[in-house]
Amino acid sequence: MASFFAGVLAALIEFLARIITAVRAIWDGVGPIQAQRIYFANHTSNGDFVLIWTVLPPSLRRRTRPVAAADYWLSSGLKRFVGREVFDAVLIERDPTHRQTDPVSQMAAALDGGSSLILFPEGTRNTGEEHLLPFKTGLYHLARHRPAVDLVPVWIENLNRVMPKGEVIPIPLLCTVRFGEAMRLSDGETRDDFLARCRAALLILSEKGPVT
Amino acid sequence: MSPPVEFWQLLAGVLAVLIFASLIAGILSRRAGPDGADPVIENLVARIRSWWAMVALLTLAMVFGRAGVVGLFALLSFAALREFLTLTAKSRGDHYALVGAFFVVLPMQYYLIWIDWYGLYSIFIPVYAFLFLPIVAVLRGNVENFLTRVSETQWALMICVFAASHVPALLSLRIPGFEGKSILLIAFLVVVVQGSDVLQYVFGKLFGRRKIAPVLSPSKTWEGFLGGVLSASLLGAALWWMTPFAPWQAFVIALLIAVMGFFGGLVMSAIKRDKGVKDWGHLIAGHGGFVDRLDSVVFSAPIFFHVVRYFWPPV
Repeated sequence: MASFFAGVLAALIEFLARIITAVRAIWDGVGPIQAQRIYFANHTSNGDFVLIWTVLPPSLRRRTRPVAAADYWLSSGLKRFVGREVFDAVLIERDPTHRQTDPVSQMAAALDGGSSLILFPEGTRNTGEEHLLPFKTGLYHLARHRPAVDLVPVWIENLNRVMPKGEVIPIPLLCTVRFGEAMRLSDGETRDDFLARCRAALLILSEKGPVT
Repeated sequence: MSPPVEFWQLLAGVLAVLIFASLIAGILSRRAGPDGADPVIENLVARIRSWWAMVALLTLAMVFGRAGVVGLFALLSFAALREFLTLTAKSRGDHYALVGAFFVVLPMQYYLIWIDWYGLYSIFIPVYAFLFLPIVAVLRGNVENFLTRVSETQWALMICVFAASHVPALLSLRIPGFEGKSILLIAFLVVVVQGSDVLQYVFGKLFGRRKIAPVLSPSKTWEGFLGGVLSASLLGAALWWMTPFAPWQAFVIALLIAVMGFFGGLVMSAIKRDKGVKDWGHLIAGHGGFVDRLDSVVFSAPIFFHVVRYFWPPV
């Protein structure tokens, strides 16, 4: 029963995402193929991972789990159901003082289970004027623990205008999701170098232009 | 209200043209060879495929009569507005105004068309939306580029909603001696204006030499314009039997529609250049976005509507 409702909700969420954003995937460096990946993207809206999830072919979608904040997704019954049953999110505790498990080992465990991940390395929603916030270190630690998994930069264009922070009703505008070339942690690469390289890869994608 | 017999005769003609076009495109792609990927031919094949889908959709809507046509154009307006505002909407201060444009103004305009309230639907957007949306925007207190933002939203509504809604509005014209057939006015408008686009494309590709507006649109030529517009006008004259018009009247009206359609394409091209994009969207394979396909329709529909309403006054 729960999985039936999860299926209905998933279809509804995808339908709404497509009506509102007519989202289009541009595979600009990697293809939509069955491969284990860590998709890392810019984060401006709660709908970000929904768009990535929507443009993935169903066979990839089933094996791709978003990494999301436990405090948000466990805050109500419906969110809990959507987060766990529809998106199968890896829920991590953002506040270190409340942590019982380490987020990086949670993500590594999900990778070991064969899943791909969707990750927002800025750590929080970017609601300011800044194009892309500095990255938190989680992406580096994950890459160090699982160096054989491809990291794929993903730039989500326009969703911040569809639903700016604090607004309830979205305005329908076209969005694109651009997937860039896969990258990995190099031998001897320092944390800061690696994060700068990842951030630069995302920024390059963002400059490739939006809709057409 | 099932479509009159003339509708099915016209549809048979359109299908014959589509089959012919598909055959030509098939021959051209075969001649190009399996790996001779000529982008022009590929685009042609994609365009023709999309035409099949568009003809099927429009036919389906017309078979459902008034509800089908009003519903279809409401959805087309939604898709067009979504594309238009993607290129303009930038400020958070406009959020409520844009929510209003999508979820109040657009449904309201089509509701007024549906209940056939000519006195209000012909002024609702230019008067009420024009005055109230800036009020909604100004309440947010953000004055940066205010006039630009307000005008762009206003223009988006005029083009994507107001003008487009004049296509289903044709259903409300009850011309004496033409009762129950007003859907044929829509069929006439769509065939002439889209026929003109296609014929301009064909004449341009076959004979195009002199560019007509190199800055605005590198693909538009004098040969395409003249050949396309004149042949579309002749096509309109040849369709006089499904209209309330005499053949010469059908020719003049078709000429007007085709010329307006041409300039519609030019104006919308200028906006695309200004915003630095090639197409409005990506949802119609080979054509671009909805606005790319509708640009000529929206410029001709209100003029066609008012010309018919003036010279063939409804009872």
